[in-house]
Amino acid sequence: MDFELSEEQVLLKDSIDRFVKDNYGPEDRIKLSQTELGFSRDHWKTMAELGWLGMAFSEEAGGFGGGAVETMIMMESMGRGLVLEPFVSTVLLGGALVAEAGNADQIEAIIPEIIEGNLMMSFGYAEAQSRFNLNDVETTASKSGDGYILNGTKAVVYHGGTADKIVISARTSGASRDADGISLFIVDSNAAGLDIRSYATVDGQRAADVRLENVTVPASALIGAEGVASPVIEKVIDGAIGAICAEAVGAMAAANEITNEYLKTRKQFGTAIGKFQVLQHRMVDMYMEAEQSKSMSDMVAMKLDLGYADDTRKAVSAAKAQIGKSAKFVGQQSVQLHGGMGMTDEYSIGHFFKRLTTIEMLFGNTDFHLNRFSNL
Amino acid sequence: MDLSFTDEEVAFQSEVREFLEANLSADVKDRYSRGIHFSKEAQERWQRVLNDKGWLAPNWPVEYGGTGWTATQKYIFAQEMGRASAPPPMPFGVSMVAPVIYTFGNQEQKDYYLPRILKSEDWWCQGYSEPGSGSDLASLKTKAVRDGDDYIVNGQKIWTSHAQHANLIFCLVRTDGDVKAQEGISFLLIDMNTPGITLKPIIGLDKEHTLNEVFFDDVRVPISNRIGEENKGWTYAKFLLGNERTSIARIAQSKLRCEHLREVAAAERVNGGLLQDDIDFMRKLNQIEVDLMALEYTELRMLSKIEHGETLTAEPSLLKIKGSEIQQRLTELLVESLGMYGAAYEALEVREGRNDQNFAPDYAHGPMAEHLYLRAATIYGGSNEIQRNIISKMVLGL
Repeated sequence: MDFELSEEQVLLKDSIDRFVKDNYGPEDRIKLSQTELGFSRDHWKTMAELGWLGMAFSEEAGGFGGGAVETMIMMESMGRGLVLEPFVSTVLLGGALVAEAGNADQIEAIIPEIIEGNLMMSFGYAEAQSRFNLNDVETTASKSGDGYILNGTKAVVYHGGTADKIVISARTSGASRDADGISLFIVDSNAAGLDIRSYATVDGQRAADVRLENVTVPASALIGAEGVASPVIEKVIDGAIGAICAEAVGAMAAANEITNEYLKTRKQFGTAIGKFQVLQHRMVDMYMEAEQSKSMSDMVAMKLDLGYADDTRKAVSAAKAQIGKSAKFVGQQSVQLHGGMGMTDEYSIGHFFKRLTTIEMLFGNTDFHLNRFSNL
Repeated sequence: MDLSFTDEEVAFQSEVREFLEANLSADVKDRYSRGIHFSKEAQERWQRVLNDKGWLAPNWPVEYGGTGWTATQKYIFAQEMGRASAPPPMPFGVSMVAPVIYTFGNQEQKDYYLPRILKSEDWWCQGYSEPGSGSDLASLKTKAVRDGDDYIVNGQKIWTSHAQHANLIFCLVRTDGDVKAQEGISFLLIDMNTPGITLKPIIGLDKEHTLNEVFFDDVRVPISNRIGEENKGWTYAKFLLGNERTSIARIAQSKLRCEHLREVAAAERVNGGLLQDDIDFMRKLNQIEVDLMALEYTELRMLSKIEHGETLTAEPSLLKIKGSEIQQRLTELLVESLGMYGAAYEALEVREGRNDQNFAPDYAHGPMAEHLYLRAATIYGGSNEIQRNIISKMVLGL
């Protein structure tokens, strides 16, 4: 057993830390999040050049064969700067689905393009009625000639507005919420019948609602076999949960550093407010939440690298439940301890709070994962 | 002890309910029930309706335009306002500076300012906090120096809510720097259009413009604009804060939020059923309702005390702490009720209309903005940490 990083992993961490330091100062991030695109294509190119977009893909697919631990390292460092580029959507969702279940042609056509930084992806899995149940799919795909016709609406598809290709989960058979009968399709963002409505999310990112009206795709758009995508989706989402848990750990660490520094410098009643015991204990609680979260994030990354079993799923939900709770506490209390300063949009702490708030909801909130943990 | 309403009180309740049903316009109601920031025009319009009926300032003494209601009637009125999603009047004039004016001001000040507040002719803002003086308010540094019949005011205020709409500001200023901090403060009423005053907006977490910085650069203020005695401002300031803490509990509005949450829970789908069938979710909502009920009866108990001539000490701090925590839990739960649509938010001011592009249900527009804004509820009006200090000192003697 060993929780220390290897030399190579330290180098990876250092390079992302440097990128974040150089490009993601609080003002840079605010400016970038308010552009129409919501992130930087130049940063995306840098990420490709530095090999980060290929880290999670196998060497056969053209990647560097990194595992969940490498993803955890990258996401934790990105979390410290609240990086906006669609890394999770492209690499860990869209790309991972293709890598996990796609055929050789699909892998060859898509993965190298992602790694080069030429192709962005996203994953439309949720629907208005589905909440966090991945099998609650009412979007349909019916066979038509050599291909399929897709109909339905996907809700809050992160980076759906900037993706070149969107993977859509659709029902080819079975009733709503059946695990059987769900299939995955790769849909070009310019396909006829696709209505993509992009909007801003509270964490400074972009999401889209995607309506499919008689969207025709060829048979070659189907990822894996028909009707058996449910376990693939669950596995890929679980990997992404591990990643955003690490992102939350980075964001909490940064929020705690900023808040701790504020407690040392802000003076009231003739002394630094950090001298007041009630605030000291609050800060200690925030520190403990962040440490507990780091432990869960490391644990889940190492478990994911050991293979994917029931025990892994349970660990993923445990980590998400812990980190959801901690993220809320640390985010909210960071604002509280900053007083009025915490309420301003130009100061960084509020942005950590807002991202931590959405991470708690993303891929299932705390209640959802506590239930999943108890049912598995 | 008796909880029931008399026949007269029941009749009064119907009267209030009917009045609100007939006179509250749909646009005012809609904004308020969603937790979206008011528009000045609509708020003024609504305040005039209330004032025409004589109901704008129930807490004022009758001689200045109050209603002369009993505590029970005031309670009924507040409940009915909440139930109807009717926004209360802006607090800065009606419930903050006005009681200071009619309690400590001179006749001329009462005659001039109070009617103007009732008629919504003046919009007030509150000049208390400064960059270096938040929780430690008495350390404030904005200085007023006498020059003939005027004070010359220099300094800066911060977190001034809605100052961009205000034509008047009530300000705490330092008039004596050589004594204990609390003993050198005076309470001034200042015209926002006086030369030397500048405003700088502060954009909040919700990306709305609610807060401001207010700068004073050699601002001339007539000495006649001072309330009460020079250097006694801290007494008036504390009096005002005590009033603020009571109204800040916003119990009626929280009740409305609970009801709204039940409606959302009856509409949101989950696992083929509805959110209202989700035990975990409903447990949280029920817990808040029970806590809110306890707060409501605590408030009623305090009102009864006042009615019987007792003076309160730190009880308003309890109302503020519990009331603000409940408000935050409610908006948090409302955001949670929306699933991922809770995350879909950007203020209109940033990019108009962009957030209207999704297919979320209508009730999804508003909760995140309010959730973000209400993080301030445990900070403003004296942070909850400070309120706990007050209770610990004044009630428990610790």
